[in-house]
Formats: sequence, C-alpha cells, structure tokens
Amino acid sequence: MTTTDSMPTIEVDDELREVARRLGETTIARAHRDGLVDVGFSYVDTPLGRLMVACTRRGLVRLEFPDADPDHVLEELAGSLSPRVLEDPRRTEAARRQLDAYFEGRIRRFRTPLDWSLTSEGFSRRVLEATAAIPFGSVSTYREVAGKAGSPRAARAAGNALHDNPLPIVVPCHRVVPSGGGIGKYGGDPWRKAFLLNLEGAIDAEEVGEPTAP
Amino acid sequence: MSPTRANLPPFQRLLEEHRTDVLRFLVASVGRQAAEDCFQETFLSALRAYPDLRDASNLRGWLLTIATRKALDHWRGERRRPVPVEDVPERAAPEAADGDPELWLAVRTLPPMQRAAVIQRYVLDLSYAQVADALGVSEDAARANAYEGRKKLRSMRAMQEVST
Repeated sequence: MTTTDSMPTIEVDDELREVARRLGETTIARAHRDGLVDVGFSYVDTPLGRLMVACTRRGLVRLEFPDADPDHVLEELAGSLSPRVLEDPRRTEAARRQLDAYFEGRIRRFRTPLDWSLTSEGFSRRVLEATAAIPFGSVSTYREVAGKAGSPRAARAAGNALHDNPLPIVVPCHRVVPSGGGIGKYGGDPWRKAFLLNLEGAIDAEEVGEPTAP
Repeated sequence: MSPTRANLPPFQRLLEEHRTDVLRFLVASVGRQAAEDCFQETFLSALRAYPDLRDASNLRGWLLTIATRKALDHWRGERRRPVPVEDVPERAAPEAADGDPELWLAVRTLPPMQRAAVIQRYVLDLSYAQVADALGVSEDAARANAYEGRKKLRSMRAMQEVST
C-alpha cells in the first residue's frame, strides 16, 4: 500500500473556501475589538472609481485611486506603518460615509480625523496643510500654497508635495491650479481633477473639456 | 517610503493565501465545529506576534505551527473533559466533504503528534522538513510520527473491514 492511496485526497471544495473566507472576516472583527488592527482598509465606490480607504486608529491615512495596484499599496502601508494591515470595513466606515456624502453634495467639508504619518514633517506637510485650508468651491495656485508653506518661490516643490498627497480629495490638492491658467496636473488623470472642481462649482463644465496650457 | 523593518507582507495577504489550508488542517484535526474556534485563535495569535516576526521566508509553515499548537491545546483540553456529543457528527455534509468520514474519525483517535504529522504530511502534502518545522521536532521525529500514525490507521482499517 503506498502512502497516497491509503489516504483520501481532499479536494479543495468551494464550500471549505467559503467557510474559510467567512471565518476570516469573523476573525478580523475580533481583531478589531481586541485592538489588533493597526491599518484597516476597505473600498468605496465613487464617481471617480473604486477608492481604497485606509485608516489607522488615529484617522484616515491613505486614499488611493483604482489605477494603483492594491497589493502594492498594501505592501507600502505594511512597510511604512505596520504589517498588521487588514480589510476592516468597521475601521473605515466613518471616512467612507463622508466620502459618500461629499460626492452626493451633502457635505462641503470633511470632518474625518487625519493621520499625517505618511507625509514627512516640514515643507511637504506644510503644503498639504495649506491645501487643506482652501475652501470648497475655490482654487489656489501652486505659488500661493508654496508661499503659505513658507517658500513662495518653491512652486515646483509644492507641486511635488501635492503629487505625493496620500489623502487626495480629503486634502483637496485638486483645488491647486497653475497660476498661468488651466487646471494643471492630477497624477495621470486630469479628468478627475476637472470632475472634482466641477462638482464643487469652481469651474464650468465647458472648462473641463479644454484646459489651457499652464 | 522605504520599509525599515523586516519585509513582512500585509497580514491580509497571509489570511487570504493560507486561510483555506489552515481550516483544512484544523477540520481534519479537531472536527468541523472546534475547527472554527481554533481557526480564529490561530489567526489572532499570529496577528499578535506578527510585527515581531524575524523570518518571513515560510509564513505558511509559521501559521501551521500556530494552528498545530491550537489543535494540541484543544486535544489536551478535550481529554480532561467528558467526551462531548460533538464527536458524533451531527450532519454528514461537512465531514463527508473529504469522502471518507470514518477515516477522519479514526485519525482523530491517534495521539496528538501522530495526528498532526499524518494530517500535515498526507492532507496538506507538506514535506517532512515542513512537518518538523510546524511540530517543532526533528525531521526524523516528524517522519516517525507520520509513519506510526499511518500504521495505526491501517490496522484500524483492517479491523473495520474484518468486523463488517
């Protein structure tokens, strides 16, 4: 008798997989209650696509557009914050609700607490804080936010800091535009910037189609 | 953003990649009902220890080691308690998923180390080196436990066939 035919071969059946998936969710809920989730993430559907929302205990730490590879984003979060990264919809619930409300036009200001851990202290952080202060419906220029961050001539550096904004939409980098006109860059997706500015009434729908060169 | 600590993948990935194997091991080891508790205990213990883990090269083995300990704890606890009704399967479906419920009841009568070795070697198809890792014993001991366990199962089976 050989070793293998003395034992039944267990097929990985769908039922076992499904039970394991469900038990995984139950385990995460317990981990949440026991304070073992350092970074909780989940997804929210918006007109800009399915966003990944990640929160620490302190608050919203990262928002990611769907073009990013989620595995890669989670690896970055594990490396820079903590490897205890879990899909925990409870942790992100407050932030997701605010995003829903914003896209439905019910709120103009996010009240969700922010965790700035992913932005280094200093100029970048000051640029994002200056950006967070730009009100709904208005825009500012790269030069202006650079000035508010303490370096009026560092418009380009301000642009870089905004490009690395871990909290787009909530820290409204879409409200920062070139002083020469047009809406400027927004990662690889200026349409998203145009959509947000249009949603907020900062630009007309016609302007969206034909931005002038900066 | 450069990772500063050991390059540990997000725990969510461990959960997704290994949850089915961990559950399969536990169902075979302690039965369906107890497996659900042991499963949660396994991943909660793992999550607690995870940030301090030094070596990320065999995360599956690490999780199965923890699962094995949970199963051993369960067996030890069970021996002190009166035999629970749960030992008689209430419904056939989950146990029958592996095609031979009687064999699995027999597996569960093996001594703990033999039970764990048999399941890891023949159900999860781990190498003896991996079984040794998971059980915290030498490779020779892992081999011996799997061998003894299989021998007992074979003789139980032979007796069964004689009596039917």
